[in-house]
Amino acid sequence: MGVEIKIDGLTKSFGKQLIWGDVTLTVPAGEICVMLGPSGTGKSVLLKTLIGLIKPDRGSVVIEGTDIASCSEKDLYEIRKLFGVLFQDGAMFGSMNLYDNVAFPLREHTRKSESEIRSIVMEKMDLVGLIGAETKLPGEISGGMRKRAGLARALVLDPEIVLFDEPDSGLDPVRTSFLNQLIVDLNAQIDATFVIVTHDINSCRTVPDNIGLLYHKHLAMFGPREMLLSSEEPVVRQFLNAQRVGPIGMSEEKDADELAAEADQELPPLPPIPLQLEPSNGIPRRAQRPPGEWCRLNGVTPPPGSFQSANAGLAPGA
Amino acid sequence: MASLTASRALAPIGTAGKLFAFALDVGAGLFRRPFQLREFLQQAWFIASVTIIPTALVAIPFGAVIALQVGGLIKQFGAQSFTGSASVLAVVQQAAPIGTALLIAGAGGSAIAADLGARKIREELDAMMVLGIDPIQRLVVPRVLACMLVAFFLNGMVSVVGVAGGYVFNVVLQDGTPGAYLASFTALAQLPDIWIGLIKALVFGLIAAIVASFKGMNAGGGPKGVGDAVNESVVITFLLLFVANFVLSMIYLQVVPPKTG
Repeated sequence: MGVEIKIDGLTKSFGKQLIWGDVTLTVPAGEICVMLGPSGTGKSVLLKTLIGLIKPDRGSVVIEGTDIASCSEKDLYEIRKLFGVLFQDGAMFGSMNLYDNVAFPLREHTRKSESEIRSIVMEKMDLVGLIGAETKLPGEISGGMRKRAGLARALVLDPEIVLFDEPDSGLDPVRTSFLNQLIVDLNAQIDATFVIVTHDINSCRTVPDNIGLLYHKHLAMFGPREMLLSSEEPVVRQFLNAQRVGPIGMSEEKDADELAAEADQELPPLPPIPLQLEPSNGIPRRAQRPPGEWCRLNGVTPPPGSFQSANAGLAPGA
Repeated sequence: MASLTASRALAPIGTAGKLFAFALDVGAGLFRRPFQLREFLQQAWFIASVTIIPTALVAIPFGAVIALQVGGLIKQFGAQSFTGSASVLAVVQQAAPIGTALLIAGAGGSAIAADLGARKIREELDAMMVLGIDPIQRLVVPRVLACMLVAFFLNGMVSVVGVAGGYVFNVVLQDGTPGAYLASFTALAQLPDIWIGLIKALVFGLIAAIVASFKGMNAGGGPKGVGDAVNESVVITFLLLFVANFVLSMIYLQVVPPKTG
């Protein structure tokens, strides 16, 4: 079914350094959300806060009535059974082969027989295309395979919420688009809530229902995909279109001189909004809206050429 | 600025507090079911396999040095007939637990810290927590128990090997008589000496495993962080073990009156 995640007033700092402050958003049940942000804005920290690996200084993360930020250790372990998490490098247990890795949560948390476990594990391995590699150790396979194995393990307990920490880092463009398709198909199939942390704008333009942008220690914007893709807000516009002109500089933000120097530069027009990726397995996604619906409802004129092709406005070759 | 200095000065106390809290967590994890028997057996076997041979090799010269030292000293007092007894006392009460401690901390503890540290930086521990499994209960508790068990047995082995080594050196090099060496065992030594030796070994195993696990699970900053964690865990364990040995010896000598020949 998917579960809603309500984040309210979340603030985290390490020592004196504020990571982000007052992040408030609601991830709707069953929808795909992407959290974007320049490197080093604490996207992964936010993800780890969602699963209670990092305690925030203030604020709450409420899932099914339990506040992850303040609940007891015991409740935390209980609520974590709702989650499947894909870590950046897969985080496979190095001492076990892939089969045992994927079977691990089943063996720990369920009383299923070995033959039931086998059929579930094989189903998930098939889903991520790893049939034939069950007996390999995590050290013997490529980063992309580790990532897919991590995804299989994350899915094995039929999670209500799936978190992806940079699913595309270290993957080639072809594998990345296969993975994106897999994410959309999975969402249609299991109907869970997906939160993806990434800075790959191609995935971000086509995959999610909602986009959030972390910038300069706060949540700059969170909303439906079409809202952000048609936004004229400088930060959002600069980031989603990978431009140099805008408030984001090589270091965290540009200084006044640089901003003044580019004040009279004309911003390039917004590229057209691409169509959202459709599930390839024929199952309709609950959260999917007709293209252009948000723009129509809110009286926003999308950039010319929007919603005509699946790769409009994407970086060439993607 | 003042608060910065204060926080820096107080940092070691904070770490000590965290270590203590971690030890309490391990204590609580001890009683949580299911007990990880498989992990416990694997770890016990692993720790034993990395420590048995070095411990035996350390025990022989250890026992010999004590025999030579005590034997020489006791000869000057003209009490050669008590050589055996004195060296048994020294080996069983002090040398065996200390020798065990060095090996448990140096070989077993460093292996535990390296293993858990590597898991930490590869996010395996995070992944485990996210899968709803408490790494303290799943990984640390079996290691602590395994370490204690192995320390207990190693202590027995060091005692035997040390006393045997002392015997050989006393008889062969110092012209002691085998009969006198063996007969004097019970003159000064008594049964509680063995108990305190075993209790020390258990406590040392506990401390070594908890420090190593704590340091390993809190490793950070990539491969260098793991190296640092291993290094720190060995140094901290040594410090704690010698302090613990001092305290336990003090208490023992106060509580159990020495046997008078």
